[in-house]
Amino acid sequence: MKWFVLSQSGRILFPWLIVLSLIVLYRGHNLPGGGFIGGLLCAAAFILVGLGDGMDAARRRLYLRPVTVLGIGLGVAVLSGLPGLFSDKHSYFVDQWLPGFTLPLLGDMHIGTPLIFDVGVFIVVVGFVLHSVFSLDYLAQTDHRSENEKQEEEEGA
Amino acid sequence: MPELLILCPAIIFLAGFVAPTLRRALGDRAGYLLCLAPFAACGLLLSQAGLINEGAGIEYSLVWFEALGASIDFRLDGLSFMMAVLVTGIGGFIILYTQGYMHGHAYLGRFFLYLLLFMGAMLGLVLADNLLLLFVFWELTSITSYLLIGFNHEAKESRWKALQALLVTGLGAMGMLAGFILLALVAGTWKISEINGLGALVQASPFYTAIVLLVLTGAFTKSAQVPFHFWLPNAMAGPTPVSAFLHSATMVKAGIFLMARINPALSGSGLWEYMLAIFGGLTLLLAMFLGLFQKDVKSILAYTTLGVLGILTMLLGIGSTYAIKAMVVFLIGHALYKATLFMVVGSIDHETGTRDVRLLRGLRRAMPLTALAGGLAALSMSGLPPFFGFIGKELIYKAGVKLSGLEMVFLAVALLGNLVMMGLALKAGIGPFFGKANHEALPKKPHEAPWSMWIGPVVLAVLGLVIGIMPFWVTEFMVSPALAAIQGAEVVHLELALWKLVKPNLPLLLSGITVLGGFFVFLNRARFWAVADRVLAAIRPYGAEAMYERIFNATIWLSKVQTKKLQTGRLHDYIFVIIGATSLLVAWTLLKIAPTLGQIEFGDFNPAVTVLMAIIIAATFLVVISDKYFTILGGLGTIGFGVALLFAFYGAPDLAITQLMAEALVVVLFMFVIYGLPPIRRFSQSRTYRRDALLAGVFGLIIAILAWLAVDLQLDSPISNELAAMSYPEGKGKNVVNVILVDFRALDTFGEITVVTAAALGIAALLSSRIRKRSAAQTERDAS
Repeated sequence: MKWFVLSQSGRILFPWLIVLSLIVLYRGHNLPGGGFIGGLLCAAAFILVGLGDGMDAARRRLYLRPVTVLGIGLGVAVLSGLPGLFSDKHSYFVDQWLPGFTLPLLGDMHIGTPLIFDVGVFIVVVGFVLHSVFSLDYLAQTDHRSENEKQEEEEGA
Repeated sequence: MPELLILCPAIIFLAGFVAPTLRRALGDRAGYLLCLAPFAACGLLLSQAGLINEGAGIEYSLVWFEALGASIDFRLDGLSFMMAVLVTGIGGFIILYTQGYMHGHAYLGRFFLYLLLFMGAMLGLVLADNLLLLFVFWELTSITSYLLIGFNHEAKESRWKALQALLVTGLGAMGMLAGFILLALVAGTWKISEINGLGALVQASPFYTAIVLLVLTGAFTKSAQVPFHFWLPNAMAGPTPVSAFLHSATMVKAGIFLMARINPALSGSGLWEYMLAIFGGLTLLLAMFLGLFQKDVKSILAYTTLGVLGILTMLLGIGSTYAIKAMVVFLIGHALYKATLFMVVGSIDHETGTRDVRLLRGLRRAMPLTALAGGLAALSMSGLPPFFGFIGKELIYKAGVKLSGLEMVFLAVALLGNLVMMGLALKAGIGPFFGKANHEALPKKPHEAPWSMWIGPVVLAVLGLVIGIMPFWVTEFMVSPALAAIQGAEVVHLELALWKLVKPNLPLLLSGITVLGGFFVFLNRARFWAVADRVLAAIRPYGAEAMYERIFNATIWLSKVQTKKLQTGRLHDYIFVIIGATSLLVAWTLLKIAPTLGQIEFGDFNPAVTVLMAIIIAATFLVVISDKYFTILGGLGTIGFGVALLFAFYGAPDLAITQLMAEALVVVLFMFVIYGLPPIRRFSQSRTYRRDALLAGVFGLIIAILAWLAVDLQLDSPISNELAAMSYPEGKGKNVVNVILVDFRALDTFGEITVVTAAALGIAALLSSRIRKRSAAQTERDAS
C-alpha cells in the first residue's frame, strides 16, 4: 500500500526538482549553488520518487546504473581540465572560457571549463547518493521480505 | 650521441617487458632474440670507446623536477664505461645461457623479464650521474634481485634467503640515502660529477664522518662486506644464471662501483681509506677461511666472490695509483672468470645432477668444451701467467710492497687471501674435470651441454687469456680511463704488458709463494672437508647470520606484541586512544606556551541564535543518553539543522544549503538500515562510562580553549580577501566559494570527487557480499 500524497507529489515534483537542480548548478558561479548542492537536489528528486513509488521506479527513471553515472561524472571532470593544457599556461585545470553571449530568458551567458567541471561534480554527487540509497534499499527490501516470509511460515505452521 | 645513454637501458628494459609475450609466441627460442638487446647495448657503448680513451665523458640530462635537483642525468666516463660494457656484454651471454639452462621451464618468460629488468637497473646504476637517480636504480637492483634469488618461490628456504638479501641490502640502502642527502646538502648539488670536484668542501664539513659512515653502510651491505657478508653465499638459492650474473658483473659490484664512483669526493681523509682497507681485509680473510670448508662447487665460488670483493675494497682503501690500477684490472679479470665459472658449474649441475666436489671427477672427456672454459677460467683466477688474472695479482703485490710500517699487514692479508683463493679456484674449476672418471656415482650420465650453454663460458674464458697476452686494448680503453675517473684526475695512458711484469723482483717472488701455497691448499682439500661440518657448526652461533636471525625474530616479536596491545578490534578502544592522545598532545602544547586568553567580543545579544544554541546542546545530550534509534536520529538531525541555520545566519549560504541537503539525505539513508539494526544494549560497566565521560569533558574543554584562542589569532591578512578580490576578474564568478571549488582549487575538488567515487565503490564492496548471499537464497527459495 503506497501513500497517495507522497506518490503523487513525487511524480509531480520530479521534473521541477530536476530543473531546479540544474538552475542551482548553473547559477552557482555567481550565487549560492553549484555542483555539490545541485547534485544533492537532483538526487533528492529521485529519492522522492523512490519513497512514493518504490526505489525500482526511481531506478527506472535514472535509466543508467549509479556506478555508470559516477564514472561519467569523473570522466567529465577529467576532460574539463584538458583544454587548459593547450592554453598559454600549458597547465591542467586552467580555466578556458568561450566568449560571452546573450540568450533570451537566461541573459548573459558565460560558458567555460569550470562550468563543465561543476557538471562533473554534479553527476558524481548524484551517482554517489543514488548508489548508496539504492544499495541500502535493496538490502532493506530483501531483509523485509525474508522476515515477512518467516512470519508467514510461522503463521502457516 | 648522448641519447645512447638513455637508449641503452631503455632497450634492455623494453626487451624485458616483451620477454613473457615473446616466450609465449616463440617458445624457448625467444632467448636467442632477447640476448640481442644487451649485445646491442654493449655494441653501442663500445662505439664510444674512442671518446672514452681521450678522457671525454658523454653526458645526457633530462630535467624532471628542477626545484629538487631530481633530474635524469646520465654520464659515461671511464669507470661507467668499463662497468657498462661488463654488464651488457656478460649479460648477453647470461641470457643465452639461461635459454639452455632453463630450457622448457614453465616460467622462463618471467625469468627473462626479471633478469632483463635487473640488467637494465644495473646499467642505469652505473650510468647514473645523479645521486637520486643512482639510488632509484640501486633499489631497483635490490628488488629485482629479490625476485631472482627467490625465483623458486615454492621452496621456503629460497624465499627466506631472498628476503634476507632484500632486507640486508634494503636497510643498507636506507642508510645510504641518508648519506646521499647529507652529501647533497653539503655540496649543494645532486650531480655526482660536480660533487666529485668538491672533495675539499665535503671533507671540511662537520657532516663528513656521518656521510662516510652512511654511504659505506649502503656500499658494504650491497657488496657483502663484513659483517653483512652472509647474504651473498645464501643468494645462491636462485637459479645458476642468476648467481653467475649477480656475482660477476652486477649486484655485488654495485657497492664497489659506488665506492669507486665517489672516491674523489670522499677519499683523502684517512677515515675513508682505513674503513675500506680494514673491512675489505677482514672480508677477504673471513671469506677465505669459510671457503676452505665448502663442498658445494657453487658455494666455493660464492666465497671466492666474497674474497674478491674484500680485495677490491681493500685496494680502493689503500688508494695508491698501483692499488687502484690493480683494483680495476682485478675487477675486469674477476668479472670474466667468475661469470665463466658459475656458468660452468651450472652446466655441470645441469648435466650430471650434482654440485658436490667430492663426487665430481674426470668430466673432461664427457664435457670437453665446458672443461676447457672451466680450466682457463680457473687458471686466470689462480693468477697464473699469461692470464689476465696474473696481471691483476702482480699489480696487487706491486701496490703492496710500496706500503710501509704497520700497513704491511694489508700485503700479508692479500698474500694469504690470494693463496687460498688459488686453492679454491683449482678446487672449483680444475678438480671436477681431472682425475679418474666415476660417472657411475653421478645422478645423471654426463654429456656435453648444448651450444648456448658453452658458448658464453668459452668466449669469456678465452677473452681472459687473450687480454692477458695482449692487454693493450683493455688498458687503453678501460683501465686508464677508469683509473682517471676513480682518482678524479686526467687520463694518463698506462703501459701494461705481460712481459714487463715478469721480472725477478719481490712481487714475482710473492706470486711464486702464492702458487706454491695454492697447490698446497688444493692438494690438502680433503682434510678441510673432513672437519668442515664440525667447524662450521661450531662457529655458526657467533656469526653474523645468527645475529641477523636474532634481530629478525626480535622484530617480529615486537611487532606482534604491540599489534596485540594496540589493535584490539574494538571501535571503543580506538576512539578512546585517538581522543586521549589528541587531548594529551594539545594540552601539553597549551601548557608549554601558556597563552593568555583574550577578551571575546560577543557582539549584540541575539535571542534567536541563543535559543538555537540551547536547542543544539540539548539535542546533543539527548543523543548521548538515549538508547532508541529514532530518538538518536532525531537528535542528530536537530544538531545538523541547527548548525545549518547557524551557517545561514553568519553568511555562508552555500554551506547551509549543502548541510541541509546532507541532513535530509542522512535521514533517508538511515531509514533503510534502521530495521536491520539490533537494539541498542549497554555492555560497558559504569566505571568505563565515568572514564569516557571524563575524557569527553576534557576534550571538549580543550577544544573550547582552542576556539577561544583562535578568535584572537590573526595571522597575515586572510587569504579569503585575496581570493574574493580575484574571484570575478580571474574566475569570472561572483560566488567566491564556487569559484574556489571549481576553478582556483579545481584539482583539490577533483581529488574530493575521486574520493567520493572510491567511497561508493567501497560501499558496493561492503554490501555486495551480503547482496550476493541474499540473491542466492532468493533463487533457492524461488526454485523450491
